[in-house]
Amino acid sequence: MIRFENVSFGYGEKEVLSGVSFEIPNGESRIIMGHSGSGKSTILRLILGLNCPHSGRIIVDDENICGMAERKMREIRKRIGMVFQDGALFDSMTVGENVGFYLLEHTKMPLEEIEEKVREMLGFVGLTEEIIDRLPDELSGGMQRRVAISRALLSTNPKIMLYDEPTTGLDPEMTRNVITLINRLSEVKKVSSIVVTHQIADALEVADKFIIIDEGRVVFDGNVVELRESSDKQVVNFLQPFRDSIANVHKIDFI
Amino acid sequence: MIERLKRFALQSQELFFFSIKAMRATVGRPIYPAETLEQMYIVGIGSLFLIILTGISAGQAMAVQFSNELAEFGSKSYLGRVMAIAIIRELGPVLTGLMVAARVAAGITAEIGSMKSSNQIDALIAFGIDPMRKLVAPRIIALVIMVPALTVVCDFIALLGGWLVAVFIANLTSTTYLAAVKERLIFGNIFIGLVKPVIFSFIIAFIACYKGFSSEGGTKGVGRATTESVMLASITVLISNFFITKVVWSFIKGYL
Repeated sequence: MIRFENVSFGYGEKEVLSGVSFEIPNGESRIIMGHSGSGKSTILRLILGLNCPHSGRIIVDDENICGMAERKMREIRKRIGMVFQDGALFDSMTVGENVGFYLLEHTKMPLEEIEEKVREMLGFVGLTEEIIDRLPDELSGGMQRRVAISRALLSTNPKIMLYDEPTTGLDPEMTRNVITLINRLSEVKKVSSIVVTHQIADALEVADKFIIIDEGRVVFDGNVVELRESSDKQVVNFLQPFRDSIANVHKIDFI
Repeated sequence: MIERLKRFALQSQELFFFSIKAMRATVGRPIYPAETLEQMYIVGIGSLFLIILTGISAGQAMAVQFSNELAEFGSKSYLGRVMAIAIIRELGPVLTGLMVAARVAAGITAEIGSMKSSNQIDALIAFGIDPMRKLVAPRIIALVIMVPALTVVCDFIALLGGWLVAVFIANLTSTTYLAAVKERLIFGNIFIGLVKPVIFSFIIAFIACYKGFSSEGGTKGVGRATTESVMLASITVLISNFFITKVVWSFIKGYL
């Protein structure tokens, strides 16, 4: 469970989040939407403890992570997988080293066993093992994103997955592949997905509950029906360009 | 002006606290031997050619100047002594420090800065890795081991350059030059010549890593941080050289 209680945060003197509150129960997925610079990605950074809020509390599995000791925070992070915008793959390491990074760093597992798990995980995200020795720069954007997802999954078997703009900059086919994968993970691995995006068409295919952030405040927190019927001015303005997508909402079928 | 001073004070304070964190990371666990060896290779082998070139040029140029001046007093036979003192105490450490500051500090800041701008450092933290231990500590250890080693190489090559000038231009015998050099190869000179590069290593590592971690503004910001890193590291090496000389001198006067 993740709960934000009146959280405010800013970079320097610029306030990014102001009195943000919401709750995501275990096993549920959420889409966090908003315009560029509205503070969406900052919410993921706060959940991961990369930044500390100026005020308010962030509760992850009944523990307030604000000001938590780094050692304890590492334990919390073991339950969370993060797919950064653009993947954030380690560019000096091969795909195999990236995917097996956590196991290489934190376990004494034999290399052969790690390699086996890496191959298995690459297969799970729909990549062939031929790319195992390639550098991230040699992959397409969609492949990098999938490698990033497999790296997050092979870390600690996370219960929560955070995705920062997972489909931005991808072509329609790659976008669909990544969305299918996110949905598949939620179903097969039973993880909660929190997806930050400003692409509403993709968002509608991943979850049916949404949080909309505007100018650092939560202006909407509810399901797609409530979203469609909302008369809040900020929500209406935000959704105006996407009316057709919301009217035709459907969820992707997957195996 | 006041704004600039404020920013400078703030940066100095940040650098100070960063350096303390870096030192703690260097002595703590886990250690990363593979990364440390890689950095030692980059610093040591990577800078070797530059150091040899710098050492031989500086040694020869100095020997030409000193031999001309000493000839006026009929003291050309002291060339080896003067060269040994100037190179081992001052020129070797400072030249090595400046070359490493230019070459290695730029590389460290650019690498860490681009890792930061592409969220790779955040990814490290997300995977439970302390970036200070993984990125900063190996670089500090590598510099502390390799810069003194490079200084010894620079000293040797510069003295060799001096020997070439002494024998082939100043018409001194090889024995006269080498005996004069040997006379000044004493504990005090060697000690001061090896303390300096160790201190320079810490200065370069702290500044380069700090500038990388504090870079902002994407590729342009990384470029700016890299330039600032080289400038600041070079200036600090030069300024600190004077103070190290003064302080260490007062302790080892008796051994000179």
